[in-house]
Amino acid sequence: MNFIEDFRNSDRAKKLLHSIHSMTHKKWVIMEMCGGQTHSMMKFGLDQLLTDQIEIVHGPGCPVCVTALELIDKAILIAKNKNVIFTSYGDMLRVPGSNSDLFSVRAAGGDIRVVYSALDALQIARENPSREVVFFGIGFETTAPANGISILQAKRLGIQNYSVLVSQVRVPPAMELILSSPDNRVQGFLAAGHVCSVMGIEEYVPISNRYHVPICVTGFEPVDLLAGIFETISMLETNTWGVKNAYSRSVSEKGNIEAQKMLDILFEPCDRNWRGIGMIPMSGWRLRSEFQEFDAEERFHVAEIQSKESEQCIAGLILQGLKKPADCKAFQRECTPQHPLGATMVSSEGACSAYYKYRR
Amino acid sequence: MTGHSLSEGFSCPLPISHHEAIMLGHGSGGAMTAELIQRVFLKYFHSDGLQQKNDAANLAIPDNIHRIAMTTDSHIVTPLFFPGGDIGRLAVCGTVNDLLTAGATPKWLSAAFILEEGLPIAVLEQILESMKKSAEEAQVEIVTGDTKVVERGKGDGIFINTTGIGYIAENFQPGGEKAAPGDAVILSGTIGDHGMAVLCARGELGIRADISSDAAPLNEIVRNLQPFARSVHVLRDPTRGGLSTTLNEIANQSQVGIELDEKSIPISKEVNAVCEMLGFDPYTIANEGKMIIIVPDEIKQDVLLAIRRSKYGENAAIIGRVFPNHSPIVLLQTNLGTHRILDPLPGELLPRIC
Repeated sequence: MNFIEDFRNSDRAKKLLHSIHSMTHKKWVIMEMCGGQTHSMMKFGLDQLLTDQIEIVHGPGCPVCVTALELIDKAILIAKNKNVIFTSYGDMLRVPGSNSDLFSVRAAGGDIRVVYSALDALQIARENPSREVVFFGIGFETTAPANGISILQAKRLGIQNYSVLVSQVRVPPAMELILSSPDNRVQGFLAAGHVCSVMGIEEYVPISNRYHVPICVTGFEPVDLLAGIFETISMLETNTWGVKNAYSRSVSEKGNIEAQKMLDILFEPCDRNWRGIGMIPMSGWRLRSEFQEFDAEERFHVAEIQSKESEQCIAGLILQGLKKPADCKAFQRECTPQHPLGATMVSSEGACSAYYKYRR
Repeated sequence: MTGHSLSEGFSCPLPISHHEAIMLGHGSGGAMTAELIQRVFLKYFHSDGLQQKNDAANLAIPDNIHRIAMTTDSHIVTPLFFPGGDIGRLAVCGTVNDLLTAGATPKWLSAAFILEEGLPIAVLEQILESMKKSAEEAQVEIVTGDTKVVERGKGDGIFINTTGIGYIAENFQPGGEKAAPGDAVILSGTIGDHGMAVLCARGELGIRADISSDAAPLNEIVRNLQPFARSVHVLRDPTRGGLSTTLNEIANQSQVGIELDEKSIPISKEVNAVCEMLGFDPYTIANEGKMIIIVPDEIKQDVLLAIRRSKYGENAAIIGRVFPNHSPIVLLQTNLGTHRILDPLPGELLPRIC
């Protein structure tokens, strides 16, 4: 199987589109949960191919976008420390904090390095025993195992100059927040394929049943996305609900059990602030007390700080599917990828960035 | 340009032959510099210009040449050596290709080196050897130069600046402002090879892929365009920022729209796979041996054949067309028949998170 071309095949895509359109009789609003899906939608122009009856809205599934402002500010404070090597996924460097961003700290002399995985950060710590190495551990259930394993390794190897600024978030509480909002418009969900690769699909069943909402686990290529839309619409049109899996080449019902066990050893659920949305109960993970020595917030005493968001940015409404990027007055005017006002314009997975990049 | 000629005179008989690495003294302008030039640089470069041993090269221009093209480029790259090339080959090809985009015949290069203290002489020689070979291939002479040395930690091994001069023929003067609605856009080969080869060679991403840089002088492609000289509207090499950045520059200069057909754009499976894995857009990845050629629609097939007959042009393809538009824009028609904007690279290229 060719994982790129087979799932971008235009004949397969056209067949699925035909099936979707011939069964769609009413107007439906579907939210894709993952920023990667938002990006694919725009990159391949799938919204141009769908009938007007199907509206796709973009959910809070971009890890860069939802990372709380105060955590960006804490990252900046830590990174300014002369003895610190601050490591991060690249996208985080451009995200605006209250007054600055990590790129500016780097330009002013901060030692900030882009890494592709937390294990690279751990390696940097081993090579620089006299420096403090901090990794910015952001993301959903997708990045949590890879971020977490660096902490287990550090503990096992007795590496004391390594810590993680933890900003892990979880998808299901955010879905519940959206569904329980009085303004909610979302009638069906494309669940995030990579999140489900780790967590499986069982935790979505109670949500589907409680809110009578169809959920389909969906991948990221055009054929995957159209298959997810097909399954969701077929439930909506027949007034049924449940959790279906249109990404079975990556997602099993139980998910990655080894990864889940490791997450349970390392983390416990906690309330967490989502940028633009606010506090969502039990939507985050923090390190359990036995791993607190690796918590950068503790190590650098940055627990209490004041943060201030740009007043123009409507990212919060976009992330809940209530507005689209073009509805924002600052979009492509004051707010561009070069001068982002909010995180949704920064990340390659952010909705505003995807609209700016592919459609204006 | 300040500085001294590579051929600066011998002033103090200090032996340096036992030094295996660059020392600060090699940039002093004194005896160590002179010996470095004599024993290392002149071993590889022996043009008449350098042999004159003056501070400036004295160069003759034929009577029928009334215009020259001049360009300059500084080259920094980590690592210095990568599959398919090295900083020396880049320094020659980059400047040669920039001259070619003006329709010029490249003739002369200057080469200015900023060396970091501690750079092994053997590494320098390997780079000079590569420059010599590339210059021979590109039929240019290195006629003047300069060396400076910076303290350890203040350079990245070696930086090279090259300035080039070429002859311009009266009938062949393409320019980025000359793209006209209806023109065809031709690309001389696959995209993204150089950028991805260097990225993989850095080893930071733990990816091993069979990708080589395309760094090459494109003289033959441009020479084979001579029969169409008056009709070639634009020549441009899509280097940093890749195909989409360069096409956006052309769209802006000419105030037109450019539409590309995704399935006709040559790209190797390996480059595509690594880009997909890292979340990079191959249209924004650097090339060092590719040319964009914009010509009227009616001659596009003949021009394509001429390019395909050329060294480094074998995989050329017609990738799009120029259309009238009230504001400059570059559009990509996807394989699914939808359209999206191709933007210039916004800033630093960053891998995706998950």
